[in-house]
Amino acid sequence: MDTHDSHAHAAPQGFIRRWIFSLDHKVIGMQYTTLGIVAVFVGMFLSLLMRIHLVWPGAVLPFLGEIKPETYLQLVTMHGTIMVFFVLTTAPQAGFGNYALPIQIGAPDMAFPVLNMLSFWTTFLAFVAAVAAFFAIGGAPLHGWTGYAPLSALQSSGPGEGLGADLWAISIALFCIGSLMGALNFITTTLDMRAKGMSLMRMPLTCWAWFLTAILGLLAFGVLLAACIILLMDRNLGTSFFIPLGTINGTVTGHNGGSPLLWQHLFWFFGHPEVYIAILPSMGIVSQVLSVFSRKPVFSYKTIVYSMLTIVVLSFTVWGHHMFVSGMSPYSAYGFSITTMAITVPSALLTFCWIATLWRGKIRFTTPALFGIGFVSLFVSGGVTGPFLAQPALDIPLHDTYFVTGHFHLIMGVASMFGILAGFYYWFPKAVGRMMNETMGKLHFWFTFVGAYAIFIPMHYLGLAGHPRRYSQLTEVGYLHDLIPVQKFITIAAFVTLSGQLIFLGNLIWSLVKGKKAADNPWEATTVEWTTATPPPHDNFGGLTPVVVNGPYEYSVPGATRDYVMQTDPAVAHATGD
Amino acid sequence: MGLVLLLFLVLLSVSSLYFFVAKTWWFQVGASTAAAGLDHQFVNTGIAMGIAFLVAQIGLGIILWKYRDKGGDSRAGYHPGHSWADFWVILGAACLFMALDIGVDLLGGHLWAAERFRPAQANATVVEVNAMQFAWYFRYPGPDGKFGATKPELEDASAGGESAIGLDTRDPASKDDFVSGVMYVPIDREVDVILRAHDVIHSFGVPAMRVKQDAVPGLAIHTHFTPTRLGDFDVVCSQLCGLGHYKMHGIVRVVTQDDFDKWQAAREADRQ
Repeated sequence: MDTHDSHAHAAPQGFIRRWIFSLDHKVIGMQYTTLGIVAVFVGMFLSLLMRIHLVWPGAVLPFLGEIKPETYLQLVTMHGTIMVFFVLTTAPQAGFGNYALPIQIGAPDMAFPVLNMLSFWTTFLAFVAAVAAFFAIGGAPLHGWTGYAPLSALQSSGPGEGLGADLWAISIALFCIGSLMGALNFITTTLDMRAKGMSLMRMPLTCWAWFLTAILGLLAFGVLLAACIILLMDRNLGTSFFIPLGTINGTVTGHNGGSPLLWQHLFWFFGHPEVYIAILPSMGIVSQVLSVFSRKPVFSYKTIVYSMLTIVVLSFTVWGHHMFVSGMSPYSAYGFSITTMAITVPSALLTFCWIATLWRGKIRFTTPALFGIGFVSLFVSGGVTGPFLAQPALDIPLHDTYFVTGHFHLIMGVASMFGILAGFYYWFPKAVGRMMNETMGKLHFWFTFVGAYAIFIPMHYLGLAGHPRRYSQLTEVGYLHDLIPVQKFITIAAFVTLSGQLIFLGNLIWSLVKGKKAADNPWEATTVEWTTATPPPHDNFGGLTPVVVNGPYEYSVPGATRDYVMQTDPAVAHATGD
Repeated sequence: MGLVLLLFLVLLSVSSLYFFVAKTWWFQVGASTAAAGLDHQFVNTGIAMGIAFLVAQIGLGIILWKYRDKGGDSRAGYHPGHSWADFWVILGAACLFMALDIGVDLLGGHLWAAERFRPAQANATVVEVNAMQFAWYFRYPGPDGKFGATKPELEDASAGGESAIGLDTRDPASKDDFVSGVMYVPIDREVDVILRAHDVIHSFGVPAMRVKQDAVPGLAIHTHFTPTRLGDFDVVCSQLCGLGHYKMHGIVRVVTQDDFDKWQAAREADRQ
């Protein structure tokens, strides 16, 4: 496996080659992560505006004025789009994966550095197109991040459905292209670039997670790309893939024969794997972080690997559970329901393994450990509402209510976010050579952990009471008026929680400049990235090629001189996974 | 820190479950024959998931507290990454979960079958629910029991009533069709709903009846329910349909069979 020489490129000189159009996977990883941070603050800001409008509809905001009902739906659309694509997909996979995968497997770079740079800049263009939608005539689209046709396919179906919706579709198509290139790179790198001795079953679980996520991405984003291209054709070239005979605002559309359900099938064939694309990297990060900070080998490494693999396979068979009441065949609902229920089994096993990893450990409550623990708690809380929604019969009262909003925000939004934050606090010292402030980190954790629950648990109650999603005003339906106090509570909780994120931002900036200098292995971890200098040199290992002899989680090995054995240390008897 | 986490997780689990058990915010009082079964299934699932939730959160909390780093030279308990004993525990856990999930799923299966596999009964009241941005129009077939043809090019929302849905008056079957802004249905008799959308996707959601079904342009989708209480019940659009989604509100008015007949006769008389 000595193909490394061809990938090692000389360290670039000059600011542009080094920091902008860089081929270095570490820089590209940081670029993706920075994009994710910018996007998450934009997305949070949008959600705050939504929350304010919902409970104080007439409020006049400084600089922005009053939020109108159509603006609310534009905020809904862009909040979802930005968070799902540019945060949850970008940061943990493309960001951390790019940064850490090659170093963890002992490679000098990704397999295709130029393709890697191209993936980032394509994704960046996608983000620019998404943000540009706000400034288009009519504003951003109001059709939600799921973009159900014909609402999304007809130019005149509402404000923002003109140029704004075109930019939205172009943005997602570009994002798909960027992600497909990234997925190819990740798969090739994992299969071909591992150092001597780094067998698949010695890879850190993060690498497994990135590898499996890349496979998901390769199979899912192609379908979404096709769907977006067809959508653009329906919108601009007069085709009718998604549009049947009908009217809009009383005018016949001129389209005929298309199927609105086709869009939903294509979208959710991508969309359900997408939620695993968002959370699998976090699963890997959490497995890693819990093992490091409980000073114990991860509980049943192979169960975690095979559970994640099972999730990957099953995730392509469950998309119909988004469509129980869509008008598709009610018989197929049984099949989708069983596969959806089946996916709770590997998910429960993962939870079991994480809790068992902590059991009998010697837990160090560092900031990354706290976010890892928070992930487990949130994953359980968001997970237990899954089996309600997976039943077609119960989906009838619950579908498209706040119960769903609460469910997926807890598990796919906040839990994934906690995995991302765990990873961020964990790798920050390696990437920039300085530690983050622990006190501010812990404060940030408590604000976010308590806050996230205060925001999303009450949404489940709203859903039970029949509160539909995506209502910009609660004035038209009598029983919704009675639920406004709960909505107010959520808005206040959101305001406090989002303010707490400024602690993170402050910590980040302060630590970049003034943080304590980090040692090469500040967490006393075992994986290969902690054997090299901090921050790592351009080729990662300063001309050396690591040779791996141990499994990734050899903590507290009896008889060893210290409580951790590096993957590159002389072999130990209990090598994990062998 | 371990103790704080434990206390928080206990507080979280107990308080969040409290509001489910106390039913502080709960399903609207059921007004159809389907409500009792669905609510019961929700409670059954809730018990299973509530226990799983409680065990996992509090178990996590206890472990965090008990196995916190207390300093000293002692090491964590080494546990090899692979062991056959673990394998059997994990296999057992997987089987248990699988049984629980599939059990819960099967328990609710007949409810879905009753809602969706079985067609409406022959004596059902037939109502065609027409959805368009951002209003509901309820069409009744009249004495002939047949709906007349509609054409998109004839739609005129400003004229309201039959014109709003583009009724083709040249079709003999359309002569006695009439359109109402309120969905009148008689009590204790099944309602056969035919859902049509004229522009984009909408969803016919009636929380009190435990009814929800998307209306999709190009399709005529059937669903059914049997109202068991008199009164007005909210129809809320449950699929994002555009700017006015939040105000796409309608009423199902459940009346006695007599009142329904009288109302229908009066509407028929208006139409002639």
